[in-house]
Amino acid sequence: MFIRLSAAVAALSLLSSAAVAQGTKPTDPQIAHIAYTAGVIDINAAKQAISKASNKDVKAFAEDMVRDHEAVNKQALDLVKKLNVTPEDNDTSKTLSRQATEKLAELDKLKGADYDKAYVANEVAYHKAVNGALETQLIPSASNAELKSLLQTGLKIFQGHQQHAEQVAAKLK
Amino acid sequence: MMPGRCPPLVVALLLGAMAVPAQAATIQITIDNLVFAPAEVAAKVGDTIEWINKDVLVHTATARNGDFDVITPPKKTVTSVLTKAGAIEYYCRYHPNMKAVLTIAP
Repeated sequence: MFIRLSAAVAALSLLSSAAVAQGTKPTDPQIAHIAYTAGVIDINAAKQAISKASNKDVKAFAEDMVRDHEAVNKQALDLVKKLNVTPEDNDTSKTLSRQATEKLAELDKLKGADYDKAYVANEVAYHKAVNGALETQLIPSASNAELKSLLQTGLKIFQGHQQHAEQVAAKLK
Repeated sequence: MMPGRCPPLVVALLLGAMAVPAQAATIQITIDNLVFAPAEVAAKVGDTIEWINKDVLVHTATARNGDFDVITPPKKTVTSVLTKAGAIEYYCRYHPNMKAVLTIAP
């Protein structure tokens, strides 16, 4: 479980190497799409956890994830509307979504404490990967100041989530 | 239950009620963009804290030693009265990277 790198995490790591290889950086409409997609992925994982998790801290954490990521994604939608930007689907978003679907199916096969541990471990890894992508790729590439600022706030929120997930994971051991 | 013990308690409460309004202050702590500001606040027992949450997220102001746990809904102001002295480190349970200190004099 822990040896296998989460698929979504791998996709986010690819994000930086792919962009570097091509010498291109994602555009604002692509960045908005990637950030929004990353939020949707975590909301879907959390919804699965709300129905499957047995530990109350894990369930509460999942509820926090739905609430926060929905609030952030609503802000993102408000911003793209205001800026008149249409989020643009791209290979990174597609890979993220496909691999997240696979991860959900994998987690769905687990039960009880095994599921709880696997979900929280994936949350730690996933937030770490998203934060890495935000810091090294998405924030530096964003040209619009408001988009950049929203991504920076997102980074602080998700760093908080990562620490929260690490605390929940530590209690499960 | 123990009628003999009641009068001193009542007197103490009355004295307390008289003393507190004269000195108690209201102090504002703002939560904006996942930051408690000011990050360090000096207060006294009996003071009221106005927690002003400007974010779209729910936060908490949770004392590490368990003395208080205030939930601040998005875009809302919540008040709480300080009841115990101490140098209290507090944080947000939902975003543990948010930390600040409240020094409460007796």
